[in-house]
Amino acid sequence: MDWFDDWALTLAVFTPLVGMAIILLIPRAEEAAIKVVALLTSLVTLAIGVGILVDFDFGNTAKMQFQVDKEWIPVINARYHLGIDGISLPLLILTMVIVPLCIIYSLDHFPEPHNPKAFLALILLLEVGMIGTFVALDLVLFFIFFEVVLLPMFFMIGVWGGPNREYASIKFFLFTLFGSALMLVSFLALYFLSKRSTFDISTLASFEGAGITRGTQVLLFAGLFLGFAIKVPMFPFHTWLPDAHTEAPTVGSVLLAAVLLKLGTYGFIRIALPILPEGAQVWAPWIGLLSVVGIIYGALCCLAQRDMKRLIAFSSVAHMGFVMLGIATLTDFGVNAAVFGMVAHGLITGMLFFLAGSIQHRYHTREMSRLGGLLVSAPKMGWILGFCAMASLGLPGLAGFWGEFPAVLSAFEPSRLANGILGNTDSTLWTFRTFMVVAAIGTVLAAGYLLWMYQRVGMGTPKPEFEDAHIHDVHRPEWVAWTPLLLGIVVFGLFPNLIFSITNDAASSITRAFSG
Amino acid sequence: MLDNVWIIPLIPAVSYLLILFFGKRMPKKGAEIGIAALGAAFVLACITAMQWIDKVEAAVSKEGGAATGLAALGRSVVAAATGAPEVEPVVRGVTWWENGPAKFEIGARVDGLVVMMLVVVTLISLLVHVYSTAYMHEDRRFTHYYAALSLFSASMLFMVISANLLQLMVGWELVGLCSFMLIGHWWEEKPNSNAALKAFLTTRTGDVGLMTGIIIVFFAAGSFDISVVNEYALSPEVNHGLMMWASVALMFGIMGKSGQFFLHTWLPDAMAGPTPVSALIHAATMVVAGVFLGARVYPVFWEGFSIGGGGLNMMAVVGGVTIIVGAALAFVQNDIKKVLAYSTVSQLGYMVMALGVGAWLGAVFHLFTHAFFKACLFLGAGSISHSATHHSFDMREMGGLRKPMPVTFWTFIVGTVALAGIFPFAGFWSKDEILATADQGDFRIFLVVGLIGAAMTAAYMTRCVYLTFFGQYRGHHHPHESTPAITVPLVILAVLSVVAGLLQSAPFEIKKFQEWFEQVGGLPKEMIIPEFDYGLAAISVSLATIVVGIAAFFVFRREEHGALKGLTQRNRVAHAGYRFLERKYYLDDLYEGVIVAGVKGPIARGSNWVNQYVIDGVVNAVGRGSARAGRWAYDVFDQEVVDGAVNDIGRETALAGGGMSKLQSGRLQRYALFLLASVGLIALAVYIVNVA
Amino acid sequence: MPINYFLILSAFLFCAGAYGVLARRNSVLVLMSVELMLNAVNINLIAFSAQAQDVAGQVFALFVITIAAAEVGIGLAIVLLIYRNLRSPDLDRVEQLKG
Repeated sequence: MDWFDDWALTLAVFTPLVGMAIILLIPRAEEAAIKVVALLTSLVTLAIGVGILVDFDFGNTAKMQFQVDKEWIPVINARYHLGIDGISLPLLILTMVIVPLCIIYSLDHFPEPHNPKAFLALILLLEVGMIGTFVALDLVLFFIFFEVVLLPMFFMIGVWGGPNREYASIKFFLFTLFGSALMLVSFLALYFLSKRSTFDISTLASFEGAGITRGTQVLLFAGLFLGFAIKVPMFPFHTWLPDAHTEAPTVGSVLLAAVLLKLGTYGFIRIALPILPEGAQVWAPWIGLLSVVGIIYGALCCLAQRDMKRLIAFSSVAHMGFVMLGIATLTDFGVNAAVFGMVAHGLITGMLFFLAGSIQHRYHTREMSRLGGLLVSAPKMGWILGFCAMASLGLPGLAGFWGEFPAVLSAFEPSRLANGILGNTDSTLWTFRTFMVVAAIGTVLAAGYLLWMYQRVGMGTPKPEFEDAHIHDVHRPEWVAWTPLLLGIVVFGLFPNLIFSITNDAASSITRAFSG
Repeated sequence: MLDNVWIIPLIPAVSYLLILFFGKRMPKKGAEIGIAALGAAFVLACITAMQWIDKVEAAVSKEGGAATGLAALGRSVVAAATGAPEVEPVVRGVTWWENGPAKFEIGARVDGLVVMMLVVVTLISLLVHVYSTAYMHEDRRFTHYYAALSLFSASMLFMVISANLLQLMVGWELVGLCSFMLIGHWWEEKPNSNAALKAFLTTRTGDVGLMTGIIIVFFAAGSFDISVVNEYALSPEVNHGLMMWASVALMFGIMGKSGQFFLHTWLPDAMAGPTPVSALIHAATMVVAGVFLGARVYPVFWEGFSIGGGGLNMMAVVGGVTIIVGAALAFVQNDIKKVLAYSTVSQLGYMVMALGVGAWLGAVFHLFTHAFFKACLFLGAGSISHSATHHSFDMREMGGLRKPMPVTFWTFIVGTVALAGIFPFAGFWSKDEILATADQGDFRIFLVVGLIGAAMTAAYMTRCVYLTFFGQYRGHHHPHESTPAITVPLVILAVLSVVAGLLQSAPFEIKKFQEWFEQVGGLPKEMIIPEFDYGLAAISVSLATIVVGIAAFFVFRREEHGALKGLTQRNRVAHAGYRFLERKYYLDDLYEGVIVAGVKGPIARGSNWVNQYVIDGVVNAVGRGSARAGRWAYDVFDQEVVDGAVNDIGRETALAGGGMSKLQSGRLQRYALFLLASVGLIALAVYIVNVA
Repeated sequence: MPINYFLILSAFLFCAGAYGVLARRNSVLVLMSVELMLNAVNINLIAFSAQAQDVAGQVFALFVITIAAAEVGIGLAIVLLIYRNLRSPDLDRVEQLKG
């Protein structure tokens, strides 16, 4: 399988692009053909993913596998360098699974103004960007894929979105672009400051920041931080998220929550931490602080929401807080938890957005005060909503727990090299232990808003205005799209080692610089 | 079986899935699957227990006879494990997850505590399954109900056999989930879903402590494994400070789950669920999870709270306060299930206090006996509401049910007497074990608390029994005895309420409970196993009896103007009290006006008030406050400040752009002028730079 | 011949062209003025090339002439279109380009 080793990632990245090109060639009227092509493309991509899984050397997850390293832009020494290790693999597969599910889900209800051709083409373009980001090992390549994602999302929100879509899409675009600009500055600075002018992530990481002074590292890390933190999004850079989610079409929200947010956290793990270890040590307490503020703050904001989808959006802020808290501890526990948390959040929150979309499709409203009695009108959907709410609040035995608990656990004993909030390593322990308790309190609030949402949407009896309305229970495309996610939530919850065993070695090697 | 105990929780878990997917198509709507599964689990649990007992007895006889309990009579104090040989727990595990070099296992552990719990949980769950076929007959969601019961049994058993704390926490939360599902079983009505939410959120609040505590223990001992943790906590190099923090944190978990003061308010509300559920989850099994945790990692608390040293500690104080608070509240309830719920709170207080005063055995033993008589009482209450009052639990609609429901009546009486702690019923032995340990281990104050609690228990249960079974029927239905599906479990539980206590009855030289179930691989060596104390036992029993008498008399007296005349003649105790009171009429006034009015009025109402307004008020205020804080944070901060900044930047940029756009006039020649002027400026700059 | 003569000539031509571009309204004249500027540059190129004994300048001049031819082609086409649309060659009336 040498051939597959060399070509798998390139195929994975560009197959959706080919599919998109084919779709663009098909006349707009032939919707059936367009749908078939889109679905097939995403399935072929998934098949490549399965091939990668089969061929992946699980005994050696810390090493970059399936590497391609070709000259690309020699003038600036940018290379076409792709590769995956134990950290990218779960996220890569997550992306490859989510996209076909989104396409299946949207097959029979496209949001207004319809136009499946453009919609599906954009989804495939989005997939190119997402897969590319997770496999790129060159800063320039990474940056390009990172930005490729913006455009389709912008149009998805701006064209197929809700009533306030223009505002939301522009906010999303500008906010993210602003972060990217600073990130690019840091990338360029890395290029010029590194020993050998290079954009290669593996090479830069192998220097472990050697040759860059502590002060410079702190500045550069700040640049990377802004770029990635906005994407995550961390408090206080999160305000684009609720708007974008509220306005985006269902599938857009799902992709946004399930994959796009992970680009930011992935950036931290893949680029910021290994390349600028000293910067990370200085920034760690502040990242931790913003994370726990995000956890509590996101939860409080959830409690104030009346719109179901907006509530779920705010819950993302809280959940990504746990992921970032794990990363901020700079320990293998934390990074393992972060990757698990990303996958779990992708499955669970993706599922919740699907549900919110389906509920809106049926009731034509997401106002929780008008909803109620979903368990009566559509019992299966009601139970699925309850299941997802439970998963989202971190119930042990379901996937969410394994992102949350080890992250909180890791905060008890952060890396000894990380700074505390007072700017020295003496204050590290109590800083992070305080974070630990606050984060643990956040789990109660999470239970509060999710169950409250469930009580208002799922329990009770239907409101008079919907008493006679015929509410479909879950229908077939929804089952097809949801079953894999639901299974994933259970299976990863019961057998966490399916993911931990993949990420563990890679996480250890990334945090080795901090084990002091 | 000792090696394969994991099969026991697996059976109900499979049954859960089967009921969920195929239950509705089965002739009995899934109930038969649940009953079969629990039956199998019960049989396996019994086999496990047998094998464990064999193993223990083999070890004992090898040591040369049962040296366990044969120490001299009197008030001598025997250290726990000195006589008996240590029997190693059987632990099996597989890798669950890993981090760095560490691998974390999921596994099954069999020791004395585990086999005891296995038998109790499977037995009561089985009885409740059978009972529910009649009780929940034609329920809206019969199949879902059975699915949830199976899931609960699976989770509870999973928690019980946990080999490590993380696994225990998983089971702990899963039983919480099942409790949520079952309390909110009739979720169409708002009060039910409110109660479900309250239960989940309150226990979850305690779970912050549980999570934190487990994390601290993990980093202190370097493992989640229960054996390792216990060994560490008893070793000389233990870090006392960390253990103390861990104990305090874990204590919050226990308070949430086991309904300890001040996190107990959810438990009475949880009565919104179906009655069999209250019996199974909120009396016999799930709520004792906290006590189970305390007993499971007892060395941690022993070290953290310095229990060996006597005096006050958080655990004993919380337990003691809970006994009194719960019992006082039980007086003022009109809902029979609420009486039992507060009684459960109070009894759980006994168990926690027992752990706090070093009475490990007493706590576990009381857990064991309490499961039977409290389940019996709850199921009895269910039987009444099912067959006599048409799903009402209001005692004002009951009365006089003794005649139409003899089985329910007699089983309820047995349960009551056992609960009140009257010789020789089960509650007497376990309560005595606790009190004697408190007495002999330098915890006198808790001995007093325990005795007061016992007296109060006797009083409120008398009131409850009287209002329910004596007097005249005040409802509007036709009371009749329940069907065998209901009465058979009642009888079984009543029998157990009598005999269960005899497992550990010191005057008869029986110490089987200790011999079999104290073998948990690591308890503090200094732990005190008390000698039976006739004086204390006599005080406790006579106190309970006297209070029963007074209370019964008082209640009877008050209802005198009703047609209750003949009653005092039939009931000896009541009769004695009645005569006593009749002669001293003014005493009656004094009693009613001062003592009962005092207890029932200001004290109980005060407790109730504190409960409803202060504690519940704080809970509600925290909830409402966070909602308000959330709204403020959202409205003011998020929308105005944070978002405002974003919007301002956007607006400024737009304004700047508007200004700049005037430059773009569309006139080509003006563009050319700019071009030339710019070139000129650049040339000038280059000139200056080169010259300068 | 001193190179200054050429430079003065070319500067004069350039300025004339610049003035034409900026001041004339007739688009044809503007286009012609642009030609003038380009040729001023050509003169410079050739003058320097001769002085430096390097043919590169002359080659560039040839390029410029070629490009200028193409530019005139396109420019005249644009002028024609402007005239057709506005019925006038007046550049001031071409204001729709503003933002």
